[in-house]
Amino acid sequence: MSSKSYYDPEDLKNFGKITEWNKNLGDKFFDWYGDVFKPGALTAREKSLIALAVSHAVQCPYCIDAYTVDTLEKGCNEEEMMEAVHVASAIRGGATLVHGTQMMKKAKKLSM
Amino acid sequence: MIKSLKAREHHFSATEKQLHVLNGGAFEEGTLNSFQTHLQEINQWPLKPNDLEVFQVNVGYMCNQVCKHCHVDAGPDRKEIMTKATMQECIEVIASNNIHTLDLTGGAPEMNPNFRWFVESAVAAGVKEVIVRSNLTIILANPKYHDLPEFFAKNRVRVASSLPYYQRGKTDRQRGDGVFDKSIKALQMLNKVGYANPETGLFLDLVYNPSGAFLPGDQDQLQMEFKSALKEDFDIEFNNLFAITNLPISRFLDYLVASENYEDYMEKLVGAFNPLAVDGLMCKNTVSIDWKGYMYDCDFNQMLEMKTAGEGSQHISEFNLEALKKRNILVNNHCFGCAAGAGSSCQGTVA
Repeated sequence: MSSKSYYDPEDLKNFGKITEWNKNLGDKFFDWYGDVFKPGALTAREKSLIALAVSHAVQCPYCIDAYTVDTLEKGCNEEEMMEAVHVASAIRGGATLVHGTQMMKKAKKLSM
Repeated sequence: MIKSLKAREHHFSATEKQLHVLNGGAFEEGTLNSFQTHLQEINQWPLKPNDLEVFQVNVGYMCNQVCKHCHVDAGPDRKEIMTKATMQECIEVIASNNIHTLDLTGGAPEMNPNFRWFVESAVAAGVKEVIVRSNLTIILANPKYHDLPEFFAKNRVRVASSLPYYQRGKTDRQRGDGVFDKSIKALQMLNKVGYANPETGLFLDLVYNPSGAFLPGDQDQLQMEFKSALKEDFDIEFNNLFAITNLPISRFLDYLVASENYEDYMEKLVGAFNPLAVDGLMCKNTVSIDWKGYMYDCDFNQMLEMKTAGEGSQHISEFNLEALKKRNILVNNHCFGCAAGAGSSCQGTVA
């Protein structure tokens, strides 16, 4: 059972088995997870696109794999999927850039 | 335009090569249980039919399109065409056995030179429902087909049309360049003669199948999106959307293998096996007839040349309803496609 890579696509298929080492918490997670993705105020399709965007933001290859399939199954098209990824990227980029205001404020304070 | 597997002499044009793949790999190694084993585990083996309600007649493999996923391997180069004599035999069987629905498919069924005669004769013989599975573009392919919407309406034919997506890109990648625009025009023509109008009672259903190696999502949700997009963008109305899973045979099997998606796709289908879908499998109320008059449990079995196991009832000329009722339905691992998730049939989901 040795792997030459930190990430193995086969591991995703075994996600459900995390309950083997802590059934109580594992079951709670999967129950909650299932409820989160049920249609509510947001449709299942909208939730899937959010999940795809977040998957990129947290850079989780398992999640990207799973939610690329899920968005396709829910009838999303390539334009919608890529726009979702750009939203995630914009927030990540913006989150970096907005700190520039702190830098500017500090630099102005220090400068003559 | 690509050619059929048959015209290319592709190895999958031999059905035994397809069955070899379907029974090999993970099924041979024992890491996946076969469809038969899955049925045995839920006490559904052998699989038995219910009352026969649908007579699905494949009037020939000729088609004006060459879709990448086609399980029939249809195309302009396919010349197999049902004769008028075999059609006549079908009508006699349907009328004398009180079978509710005549479901016409192909190829493009409209390309059979006796198509209109077949429909009119079936209606005259009192068949309660006639369905035509139309690819839509045939209506615009040649002036001689331009009046098909009027013909369908006059004979109160229920039209089931393939449309894998409500936008151009995905549709054309699967079904060929220009198919989307022509399909939209054909749908507008069908609406114009009264299809999907509650006042006429003429039914126009759309058939959605995923454009790739993934399963269809929730049928109701997809129907809602199709209805909203087609109405807003093109002022098109339709009745129901049938979400159909692509079965791993013929050109779709070739695509799965060539794109290295086959193993994952089969694993996904097997993992999504739904015992509740088994009761609604279309093979339980349908018999499929090929252009030569041979009978099969479904159109997919027809393409794999798996004739019905009904003793003395394998050809329309020897049709015997009692023998067919007693038969065991033939299954193989492609059947996972009809039992995955919410199930899949020519009428959409089943569970």
